[in-house]
Amino acid sequence: MECGIFHSTYEKDMALRHTPIEKARLALVILFLLIFPFVADNYWLNLANTIGVVAIGAIGLNILTGFTGQISLGQGAFLAVGAYVAALMSIHWGAPMWLTIPSGAIATALIGAIFGIPSLRLKGLYLAIATLAAQEIIIWVITHWDAVTGGVDALNTKNYLWFGGENHYFSEFQFYWIIMGLAVVVTLLTVNIFRTRIGRAFIAIRDQDIAAEVMGIDLFRYKMLAFATSSFFVGIAGALIAHWRQIVTWERFTIEVSIFYLAVIIIGGLGSVSGSIYGAIFMVMLPAILNNIGKALSGVIPTMDILIPFVQQAVFGLVIILFLVFEPEGIAKMWKNIRDYFRLWPFSY
Amino acid sequence: MDKFLQLTLTGLTSGAVYALVALGFVLIYKSSDVINFAQGEFLLIGAYLAYFFLGQLGVHWSIGVILTLILAAAMGVVIERLVLRPLIGEPIISVIMVTIGLASLLKAIVGGIWGTNPQIFPAFIPKQEVHIVNAVVTADKLWAIVIALIFLVIFTLFFRYNKEGVAMRAVADDQQAALSVGISVQKIFAWAWSIAAITAAVAGIIVANVLEVSPNLSGVGLHVFPVVILGGLDSIPGALIGAAIIGLLEAYAGGYVGDGSLAQVISYIVLVIILMIRPYGLFGKEIIERV
Repeated sequence: MECGIFHSTYEKDMALRHTPIEKARLALVILFLLIFPFVADNYWLNLANTIGVVAIGAIGLNILTGFTGQISLGQGAFLAVGAYVAALMSIHWGAPMWLTIPSGAIATALIGAIFGIPSLRLKGLYLAIATLAAQEIIIWVITHWDAVTGGVDALNTKNYLWFGGENHYFSEFQFYWIIMGLAVVVTLLTVNIFRTRIGRAFIAIRDQDIAAEVMGIDLFRYKMLAFATSSFFVGIAGALIAHWRQIVTWERFTIEVSIFYLAVIIIGGLGSVSGSIYGAIFMVMLPAILNNIGKALSGVIPTMDILIPFVQQAVFGLVIILFLVFEPEGIAKMWKNIRDYFRLWPFSY
Repeated sequence: MDKFLQLTLTGLTSGAVYALVALGFVLIYKSSDVINFAQGEFLLIGAYLAYFFLGQLGVHWSIGVILTLILAAAMGVVIERLVLRPLIGEPIISVIMVTIGLASLLKAIVGGIWGTNPQIFPAFIPKQEVHIVNAVVTADKLWAIVIALIFLVIFTLFFRYNKEGVAMRAVADDQQAALSVGISVQKIFAWAWSIAAITAAVAGIIVANVLEVSPNLSGVGLHVFPVVILGGLDSIPGALIGAAIIGLLEAYAGGYVGDGSLAQVISYIVLVIILMIRPYGLFGKEIIERV
């Protein structure tokens, strides 16, 4: 809640953006998103698409972990479910993308809800360990169920526009519009979920589950719903990965991926939709920037090429630690502090 | 029967390593309620430090092991002071993530210094074959079991008779009450982390001796979760028995069921079952919060 702003109607109070500056900022972001693909080269488009996919997955995870307070270490496996469903549907049935992506999302929502059942008995740490087990078990099933998933071999996803059509080639430019379009839809949906009874129930469960139950929130139903909603968006991200990369292997969905997504929402800001997006931008750009710095330094330090992956890994760990120690509410909070400072400047009290 | 005995010995050996890693894990959880996802990386650091002293510097093994353990203890104290202490009172996800970040950092440091290729460890624990009835086992594996048992005895005595050990139990029970009778909770946390790092380093040296030194050793860290959940997160004998059960299960699943690939997930399946029916484990305190 920002100070100095008064609302005289309920509609104004419920508005997502209150001040003219906020609206102007939003317009600028939209303008940037529309112009960006026309000026960027393939390298930047690829990065932007990665950010888009990660943002969708991170928003999904944030619904579960940030807003409902259920820690999940199974994100990687849920992404895998979405990706494999989409890939297998396109390979075996020739299903078009507009069908495979929602199907992947729905399948992931179902699996997510099933693995959400332990959350009824387990909280916090124990739930985290249960989802860790879910991660390992799902990936094991994928790598050993050869008849369906092709085991450890990679699947080559086909991108059809219609049943019986031809495998369509999409450029990074074309995928930019698909991914960004979906990312915008997911963002709008999520922001609005938290203006409804369901979203507020999620937040109530996070803050005090017993109090929430006393207030008449059916814990079983809403926890399942949180797992399903979250996994639905994660499934979209997984299916997008399948179609965009066109190669699906289990190695892309290991426990490291689960950790990466948790890092994204922690650094971006738990319980913040915009935070998920900031986190996605930060965590995708960081290794890319380190990579470029490393390449620039390789003339000076000859072993830099070998060291780059370790530097990336070390910085990844270090960034998580530093954020948790110094700004546990992530980039979203930092950005808010900066905004507040300048909005109220020079009388910031 | 031979196969059974052989598998039993294999299972007990890996169980011994799990037990040592799990002991440190339980110790940290018991005293500070922190789940340490970096326990596997502690093992990795221990193994590589020992490799550095024994393999690269070529010092005598007794000196090398002592130096490794001292450095591991120092690392534990430093990590507790710099990383964990600012997070006291933070939500559980922050504590989990900070140890995950730590794991990533430690792994990267090891990889950056020693590379990713496996290195041969100058084994100092004798490796000659020992015949037990019809099974053959190398002596270092038996030593692993013996060392794990020795540590169990030391820990049991430590918690019963040593002043710091009793203080640790007091802190685990109620931090405020412990503070009010003059126990320094901060000192206890430092103790817990350094002892955890030492046991993990011992496990690392044993694994390095039995196998080789490679970055994959840190995978043991994740296998410890089924062990500690099965035994009970706050129980030291539980860690040992849980480790033996998980080690044996993995060995039998690998030896008897199909192509043996079940061994990779059997422990996680047990983990899910235990979490569903008895989340506090076999020997844990039954205080888990239910929803």
